[in-house]
Amino acid sequence: MKFILHIWRQSRPAESGNFRRYELEVSAESSFLEMLDALNEQLIQAGEEPVAFDHDCREGICGSCSLVINGEPHGRHRATTSCQQYMRDYQDQKELWIEPWRAAAFPVIQDLITDRSALDRLIQAGGYIPVRTGAAPEANTIPVAKKVADKAFDAATCIGCGACVAVCPNASATLFVAAKVSHLSSLPQGKLDAERPAKMLAQMQAEGFGSCSNYRECERSCPKQISTENIVTLNRALYRN
Amino acid sequence: MNETIQLDGHSPKGPLEQRWTQHKYNLRVVSPANRKHYRIIVVGTGLAGASAAASLAEMGYQVTTVCFQDSPRRAHSIAAQGGINAAKNYHNDGDSVWRLFYDMIKGGDFRARESNVFRLAELSTGIIDQAVAQGVPFAREYSGYLANRSFGGAQVSRTFYARGQTGQQLLLGAYQAMSRQVALGHIRHLSRTEMQDLILIKGQAKGIITRNLLTGELVSHLADCVLLCTGGYGNAYYLSTNAKGCNASAIWRAHKKGALFANPSFTQIHPTCIPQHGELQSKLTLMSESLRNDGRIWAPKHAKDCDRNPNEIAESDRDYFLERMYPAFGNLVPRDIASRAVKLICDEGRGVGHEINGQKLGVYLDFADAIVEQGATTINEKYGNLFEMYHRITSEDPTQQPMRIYPAVHYTMGGLWVDYNLMTTIDGLFAGGEANFSDHGANRLGASALMQGLADGYFILPATVSDYLARQKPLADADYPEVAETRLSVQKHLSRLLSAPDPKHSPDDFHRRLGQILWDNCGMARNDHDLRQAIMQIQQLREAYWQQVKITGDNKQINQVLERAGRIADFMELAELMCRDALQREESCGCHARVEHLTPTGEVQRHDNQFSYVSAWRYSGNVSEPILVKEPLHFDFVSPGIRNYQ
Ligand SMILES: Cc1cc2nc3c(=O)[nH]c(=O)nc-3n(C[C@H](O)[C@H](O)[C@H](O)COP(=O)(O)OP(=O)(O)OC[C@H]3O[C@@H](n4cnc5c(N)ncnc54)[C@H](O)[C@@H]3O)c2cc1C
Ligand code: SF4
Ligand code: FES
Repeated sequence: MKFILHIWRQSRPAESGNFRRYELEVSAESSFLEMLDALNEQLIQAGEEPVAFDHDCREGICGSCSLVINGEPHGRHRATTSCQQYMRDYQDQKELWIEPWRAAAFPVIQDLITDRSALDRLIQAGGYIPVRTGAAPEANTIPVAKKVADKAFDAATCIGCGACVAVCPNASATLFVAAKVSHLSSLPQGKLDAERPAKMLAQMQAEGFGSCSNYRECERSCPKQISTENIVTLNRALYRN
Repeated sequence: MNETIQLDGHSPKGPLEQRWTQHKYNLRVVSPANRKHYRIIVVGTGLAGASAAASLAEMGYQVTTVCFQDSPRRAHSIAAQGGINAAKNYHNDGDSVWRLFYDMIKGGDFRARESNVFRLAELSTGIIDQAVAQGVPFAREYSGYLANRSFGGAQVSRTFYARGQTGQQLLLGAYQAMSRQVALGHIRHLSRTEMQDLILIKGQAKGIITRNLLTGELVSHLADCVLLCTGGYGNAYYLSTNAKGCNASAIWRAHKKGALFANPSFTQIHPTCIPQHGELQSKLTLMSESLRNDGRIWAPKHAKDCDRNPNEIAESDRDYFLERMYPAFGNLVPRDIASRAVKLICDEGRGVGHEINGQKLGVYLDFADAIVEQGATTINEKYGNLFEMYHRITSEDPTQQPMRIYPAVHYTMGGLWVDYNLMTTIDGLFAGGEANFSDHGANRLGASALMQGLADGYFILPATVSDYLARQKPLADADYPEVAETRLSVQKHLSRLLSAPDPKHSPDDFHRRLGQILWDNCGMARNDHDLRQAIMQIQQLREAYWQQVKITGDNKQINQVLERAGRIADFMELAELMCRDALQREESCGCHARVEHLTPTGEVQRHDNQFSYVSAWRYSGNVSEPILVKEPLHFDFVSPGIRNYQ
């Protein structure tokens, strides 16, 4: 299959970037990132600088990969990360526009790579259970109803990729925060820290994320199908205190 | 070359059950008021590193952590799917610390230390408690209590899991504990930072040189000791189930500074991975071992059926070969046994699916019976996310037709040699998790790596590192000449990579070639002739690498090709050691199957009287002339029997 690619190239944070055009022949079985690998091999051969992009597990679980493909964070397949998009899924397209996440809190570092360290700082602000490491009671002394554990798990699968931020017109990280708050506060162990939502939301503002005005685009582009119901849980936790 | 000196593993004596307790009691402690004067560097923030950093910071030490990803939450541990073992006996099926210990030591084909393995089994229960307290949402029964499942190589249900994302949930638990310490100022974490070399001051590990991956800047960090928790080196094979970034650089460079490298040839090949489909493929994807609890593995009995739609092949024309060959364990035999059986079938010409180099490399993993017996809902609940993953990658639906699987490189049991305190042969340099060699012997049982990483980080290193520090004075801030020397050698190494005399091929191109040599000759089956051949090929390839590697761009901003090139340079050297280690071990054990040493029925044949040792290699200054040091293994509590799963 032959594609015309328009890829965002930006050499440094301070410099302005632009789309550059490439042509590439690639097999339908290749993953999207393997397609970029192939392009990079060609660029190296031609003595040019390859396209920088974040990736690691290539299994949809580490949250590194972060391509906006034809305007959609993580590409066209729902509930799927960029690394799990396959070229056969793009058979009907000839031209692809590939660019980095766009959000004030995620400055572009180079090409398709952005700085998402703000998400780490959100966790540092309170996204944990403040238990001592190394000494804990026997696990089965705290039973957790299966329904509750499943709900906590659904929220806990957030991979911290930031697609929700990238797609949000307000560049809000509310879904990410809500997922963590909902994961921890549904469990008996995590209920004790009543300040968690307030601390994390304050940090969200400080990092330059916008606030949530219920566009619900985040849910649509989330590769882990984190539900906006978690935002309801977050709000409840926030205003009940 | 052999060296007769003996390594001291510092294994305690006395009854197994009391060794760790007694040892811990003998370890010195640093008083709480003094801990803040000590600095510790933890390289790597996967399960082992994050748990160690969180624990040590909680105790009051000043910890610096580094990782090459943009966040500790993205370490390779995040990808572990199936689960984590613990001897809790929640199922009342007769599990115990002893049984877990026995399963592991037998699973590893009696090539690990009794003391270490017993300690791991003993600490396993505390890990689950710790994780639950942190909010790890393990699977639960309707009673509200924790659920378990069984895993390859074990006949009891002792594996705790969080759907197919156990590693993710455990890592997030450790990462969150670590994040709390970052906020408290006890941990200083540096992301997108790669360790380049170890700083030795008067022979002791006192720091590291890092490269900032955004700016290329080299920075030196000093501390009172250094912990390497940098993961495994399976990516030496190029195609593997590991994340793309996994590499051997940190441990390899420590090896070249004097740390012995143990059992480098012990590479686990996992039986249930999605088969390779093409040439430019960049990685292989694991389908969790838990699938073997319900999926039945088979291949067509007759080669003529290999191209047919599997659903049309009659029951009588299917060979459920694991059930046939190993009736007691059936589809649940350990990984090495299952992998070799699959290879055997494909070598016989009964493989299915894509053809790679003229051979069809795949067999079926079939859920049809399980769906009939338990219902589609139950099976989907258990394996839904794995089915989706398979579907997305192959565009085939495993509920409609059997999955295709083939073995792939998965885990490296070898790593830096460490003693019972997890200290390497360099004073003050510790290694935890997959980076050390210690607890799995010649083969790792499923769900035991997460357990080992977390036992190292949450429970062992906090005690043994404290003991070490109690014997040190905090390092004075001063200008140590060793720092500048080390930095200079790092700089030279990088410049050499950037200025090959005849730049022609990309680093990945070389990596693919290296991987093929290793896979063909140091993979599921090895023999004398091929290993010798491989060593020569690797030497030639290495030569060509330094002449022809082509890296564009410079050293002053993100340069991912340069990052990879540095890692591949280390794989090139390690690969030779892997082959040398495999060559000298003239026996078969666990994942290491030397075809000259198989029983008439094709099972691996150990030679305990000659090879009951850990092979630990010392760097001599010449990569091609490593020195073998043997650490003998003693079995006082189990007798190394034949590993029989039939
Ligand atoms: C697909 C898959 C599934 C698995 N499933 C299971 C399972 O179900 N159960 C189980 O028990 N095990 C499983 N394993 C094995 C297990 O995941 C690993 O052995 C384990 O996670 C390794 O943890 P670690 O902390 O030692 O290393 P890693 O998680 O690999 O962490 C390495 C860390 O070191 C850092 N690092 C490396 N080099 C450098 C350097 N030079 N400078 C700076 N930082 C560096 C990295 O950034 C990272 O933070 C699985 C493995 C794979 C591949
Ligand atoms: S909520 Fe979804 S989109 Fe947002 S960071 Fe988590 S996984 Fe990514
Ligand atoms: S590379 Fe890990 S989620 Fe895509």
